[in-house]
Amino acid sequence: MSVRPTILHGGRVIDPDSGFDGISDLLIGSDGRIAELGVNLAAQTDAKWRRIDVTGKWVLPGLVDIHTHLREPGFEYKETVETGSRSAVAGGFTTIACMANTKPVNDTGAVTRFIVDRAKQCGLARILPIGALSRGLQGQELAEISDMLDEGAVAISDDGQPVMDAHLMRRGLEYSTIFGVPVSVHEEDSCLSHRGCMNESATSTRLGLSGIPNAAEDVMVARDIVLAEMTGGHLHVAHISTAGAVRMVREAQARGIKVSTEVTPHHFTLTDDACVDYDTHTKMAPPLRRGPDVEACIEGLKDGTICCIATDHAPHPAQDKDVEFELAANGIVGLETAWGLTMRLVEAGHIDLMTAVRLLTTGPSECWNLETGTLRAGRPGDLCVIDPNATQTVVPGDLWSKSHNTPFKGWELPTRIDRTIFGGRTVFVWDGVRGRIGEDAARFRAR
Amino acid sequence: MRAFAPMSAGADVLFRRKDLLGLRFLSEGEILHILDVAEQFRELNLRAVKKVPTLRGKSVVHLFLEPSTRTRTSFDIAAKRMSADTFSISGGASSATKGETLMDTARNLAAMHPDIIVVRHKRAGGAKALAEALPDTSIINAGDGACEHPTQGLLDLLTIRRALGGFRNRTVTIIGDITHSRVARSNIHGLRAVGANVRVCGPPTLIPAGLEELGVEVHHNLEQAMRGADVLMALRIQKERIPRGGHFFPTTREYSRLYGINRDKLAAWGRKDVVIMHPGPINRGIELEPEVADGEWSVILDQVENGVAVRMACLYLVLGGERAAAREGRG
Repeated sequence: MSVRPTILHGGRVIDPDSGFDGISDLLIGSDGRIAELGVNLAAQTDAKWRRIDVTGKWVLPGLVDIHTHLREPGFEYKETVETGSRSAVAGGFTTIACMANTKPVNDTGAVTRFIVDRAKQCGLARILPIGALSRGLQGQELAEISDMLDEGAVAISDDGQPVMDAHLMRRGLEYSTIFGVPVSVHEEDSCLSHRGCMNESATSTRLGLSGIPNAAEDVMVARDIVLAEMTGGHLHVAHISTAGAVRMVREAQARGIKVSTEVTPHHFTLTDDACVDYDTHTKMAPPLRRGPDVEACIEGLKDGTICCIATDHAPHPAQDKDVEFELAANGIVGLETAWGLTMRLVEAGHIDLMTAVRLLTTGPSECWNLETGTLRAGRPGDLCVIDPNATQTVVPGDLWSKSHNTPFKGWELPTRIDRTIFGGRTVFVWDGVRGRIGEDAARFRAR
Repeated sequence: MRAFAPMSAGADVLFRRKDLLGLRFLSEGEILHILDVAEQFRELNLRAVKKVPTLRGKSVVHLFLEPSTRTRTSFDIAAKRMSADTFSISGGASSATKGETLMDTARNLAAMHPDIIVVRHKRAGGAKALAEALPDTSIINAGDGACEHPTQGLLDLLTIRRALGGFRNRTVTIIGDITHSRVARSNIHGLRAVGANVRVCGPPTLIPAGLEELGVEVHHNLEQAMRGADVLMALRIQKERIPRGGHFFPTTREYSRLYGINRDKLAAWGRKDVVIMHPGPINRGIELEPEVADGEWSVILDQVENGVAVRMACLYLVLGGERAAAREGRG
């Protein structure tokens, strides 16, 4: 399918893949792929070309998120592929991987194909399904992994559920080596978390809530590192949250074991102090931890132990959250706040801008062997344009996700997503109010 | 009936809160003031005619979404002695069993304009959520999960003050399952606020994380915890609250061997004038040997008696009794 060729001119282009950071023009050809990066490319263009002036703005590869929940099929009242795609592009993401805990579970090629088809109908972003490791996420038998990979799955995971059976985990990691795909793991020993609903600390004691100790994550990370070493499989630790887990992943990487990990914006931003008012928007799994854990996660981002930031976008509507803390669903939406929360790390001086961009583009793409997250010529024309002089105030009701469960209500985040381009088409553009999506965005002309 | 306006309601209005949610929110001054008001209601409870018109025309809803006998009865007697109209809703009979959420139950109740909702809920934070959702109704927390049970804490403080005369330089040892106990938490917050020393004692499996940060000494050895303590407060082993598979202790027999209080341990390690408390109901022979529960040391029934007075004080104060009295210029 051809698109109108487009030139973005005058912007500061940042590409972690090549290390380029400078004022440059960028051409996207009629095949929707990146054609060229360079100065004064306007001379090569004519009236057929669409010209987008991005002077004073930053041009990045479209952001990549390898951990989201789109809820379709089965939980369409929380989110759909369509609304999740809208949320993604409003947050600058053009590639997102979605977890298998739908209903039915994405544990066969047929379900994978359904999700891929729905994503194509929406046409807003690249949706990459993640297949279940075990049938029905039951943790008992392997799912048909090859079948799902053939239909477009990019990884396997039982996320949302820990894999308590070490033998099954061993076999899953072994089997994954046939295909060379990562196994993303929700590291939680459910015996140790024993009905806990927040981090175990003086805060949980004050609140009278049962706690989940760091050890619930640490012992599983330790176990799976041992299994990764034994099997040669690629272990990807999902949403890392403890200082101990970061340390063990670092040590395992140093020993050459194939282990990678991601951290969510909330786990490098908030501590369990945020739970003091029983705000159910601070309830998630893994739970928000203590200060030293947050510091360890940031340190892991700085030294490369943690190669990417992933949102764990987990939409839940009010009826699942406006209940007692212990009964509330786990998780928060994240696609539309991830970029701004990452920029807070840059503002605080923890990481530089290039690293921030890498963690949301080339980092996850290289880790999972995806073709996007780069501005290399010939790759998909997926871009994210940032207005560095604006800010984003988080207004839950204005989020594009079907659910508005965010603990960041009212936060003012640095910079703002100005435009998102997917395959050479503008799929999101800021209009001064809430932004425009899809055809509405493609037609929009700023005055 | 003579109007009953305790205290010198005038210049000093010391309690201005709409709700009583937990002792962790209260200052020493507020706590001592509630105890002082309760002392006056205590005297009223000894009169031949125990009813005053203080809350006439006020409606009090007892919303008990978790089973309770003594707390609900205590609140009910307290409200009726002050001439309030009381309405009782219990877990089994409420629409909670039909799937209605706590907040919907609350909004529906609020639409009927009660003055006070006394709420017991099995989830921590339940009372606080109600208080925030219902700006025009006073909420009294009668127990929210393992978080707080403030009127129990206050009646314990009143009992201790009556037994010891004060709190400074006094040591209270709380023994048992601290992890699942809202009574322990309210006592810890209250006793620390009024300047008492607090020790807790139990197996490490029943001491919650970071408890020292609440300003208490943690012991696992009963002898050390008992030595020199002025008060021993044994907690109920709440078999119904302890989740299955918790592995907190092997058997109640072994628990009792390590942490149960009997006459021998009292004779060996206790002060002669030590005071024994228990929030009830007692597992006789587990936390306390019957002879200890019923013996000369015990103030367990005083706790129950003081409970009514404390709850009368709380009902009076959250409705702004003092503020109202001050407005009417009674001195």
